[in-house]
Amino acid sequence: MTDNRLTLAQRLSGRKFQRGLIIVAFMTVPLLLLFVFTYLPFAEMVGYSFYNMKYIGTRTFVGLKNYIDVFERSDCFGALKLSLYYMVGSVVQLALALYLATILSFKVKGGGIFKGFMFFPYLINGIAVGFIFKFFYTRGFVFDTVLQWCGFELENLPYWLRDQSINNWSLVGTSVWRYFGQNMVLFIGAIMSVDSDLYEAAMLDGANKLQQFFYVILPNIRTIVVLNVILSITGSLSAFEPPYVITSGANGTGTYFVVMHEIAHTQQKVGLASAMAVILLAIILFATLLQKLFFKYVFRNADEDEVVRSSRRRRKVKVG
Amino acid sequence: MNKAKATKFIFSFLKYLSLVFFSFVAVLPIVSCVITAFKTDTEYQQTNVMTMPESWLNFDNFVQAFQRANMGRGFINSTIILVAVLLISTLVGTQLSYVLNRFKFRGNGLIRNLFLFATLLPGIAMQIAVYEIMFTLNLINSLVGYIIMMCGTDVISIYIYIQFFENIPNSLDESAIVDGAGYFTIFYKILLPLLKPAIVTSCILKGVSVYNEYYCANLYLQNKKLLPTVATSLYTFVGPLGSKYNLICAGVIISLLPALIVFVTCQKWIYSGLTSGAVKG
Repeated sequence: MTDNRLTLAQRLSGRKFQRGLIIVAFMTVPLLLLFVFTYLPFAEMVGYSFYNMKYIGTRTFVGLKNYIDVFERSDCFGALKLSLYYMVGSVVQLALALYLATILSFKVKGGGIFKGFMFFPYLINGIAVGFIFKFFYTRGFVFDTVLQWCGFELENLPYWLRDQSINNWSLVGTSVWRYFGQNMVLFIGAIMSVDSDLYEAAMLDGANKLQQFFYVILPNIRTIVVLNVILSITGSLSAFEPPYVITSGANGTGTYFVVMHEIAHTQQKVGLASAMAVILLAIILFATLLQKLFFKYVFRNADEDEVVRSSRRRRKVKVG
Repeated sequence: MNKAKATKFIFSFLKYLSLVFFSFVAVLPIVSCVITAFKTDTEYQQTNVMTMPESWLNFDNFVQAFQRANMGRGFINSTIILVAVLLISTLVGTQLSYVLNRFKFRGNGLIRNLFLFATLLPGIAMQIAVYEIMFTLNLINSLVGYIIMMCGTDVISIYIYIQFFENIPNSLDESAIVDGAGYFTIFYKILLPLLKPAIVTSCILKGVSVYNEYYCANLYLQNKKLLPTVATSLYTFVGPLGSKYNLICAGVIISLLPALIVFVTCQKWIYSGLTSGAVKG
């Protein structure tokens, strides 16, 4: 009796020790990387933002001057307006990805080929994308030719990268083109990992495809959807790549980050650039908080529905 | 009955229409690039971009692009970086996800939030300060330094792993514990093999982003003669060569060829990866 208890206690303490060991062993490296390449530079950047400094040479403390400059200079804060284009783009992109992912999650002829075509743009490196679209949008080249096939006259078409009324949409288009397939594949992965019993149960309940989507698929993949929404809003506020590689920010396409990159690395005003980064981060945090609250509210309702549905299902099974 | 049939037909028509349309949109820019890459200089100047080249066997542009951009060296460097980063980050990522998913301990939520919060910090802005750290650690112009930096946080794959772990029932761990297995054994012998589809999936995603990364490569691998990656080698075409699109397109196609090959051969893994029902029953 006593022996048994002892061994049990020993086994428990061994377990507990092993538990602590594995937690420490498995977490040290990722946390170290996280600290050195994320939180340490973050803290340093906040510090820089109060200084007038270059990468090399003396630094002078200037207080809040950099922050005031960001709001007063015409080229800094105003560039944030361009994010709206990218935000619209990312909403379109996610909706499109979710739509196509839902289609492709069920039986479709040639589904693999379609999936492959739409996913492939994601596999192309940014600089190549830059060249491809400089070429694509050049006057009289690919895009214009295709539009001419559709009956448009070349004289009526704008210069896609030069005309300021359209060039930001052209750049947003390249971003959607590149990432919708990747979003789609992530969504397909998530949808496929939903327990297939749920679909069967929903079908038995007489749910149509639309109801299946909103009551079975969406609640079950919300982790990945919410993550992608957060990432895409962050992404549009910090839009950088399309203008950087395609237009170099010319003709009114310089987003906030393109301006910041220019200020940091060409003009070497590291303090001002850091202040820009910190301000953007504050905006991103605020936007994320709002989104989280919004999604919490929306999904809480969906969850309640789900509970009602499943209890109803159980009752049905019992009767049957 | 007829009405139901008609709706069904319309739905499947719309379904295939959207698939065909968006597939066309996705491949058009690439196909036009391939067409142009096979054209001679005179052909490129005299024909419309969408006109087929005279010969599909004219590889001159490819040879020239490969040599001018020092792409051979780029391929060697990119391979080294890719293998190292994938090995390290897969091990680190799966271990982290295992601990976060299977153990309740103080700080679990905090750590998840730290990783999530890190994604909010825009990478390009962070490089302003990371540059200083890399400099202090003497990691500029060092492949090792670049590799370590690239192993950092990657929340997408951590989420893929965690979601996968959530679908592996705890009963599997518990029965192994009853059999006397330790946590390390459970992780390496039982869970890691089950995780294979998720690992392949996130390796492909991570691999692509590493292979395609150019901003930090440009910043930290400044010695362009010895340390170009495939992506940064394309910078050669900025400037005087900037309007010779038949040459540029050839370089672009070469740079995405490895991605295409990996994609065609490993496609199965991306799609079937997350569906694996290894745990049922």
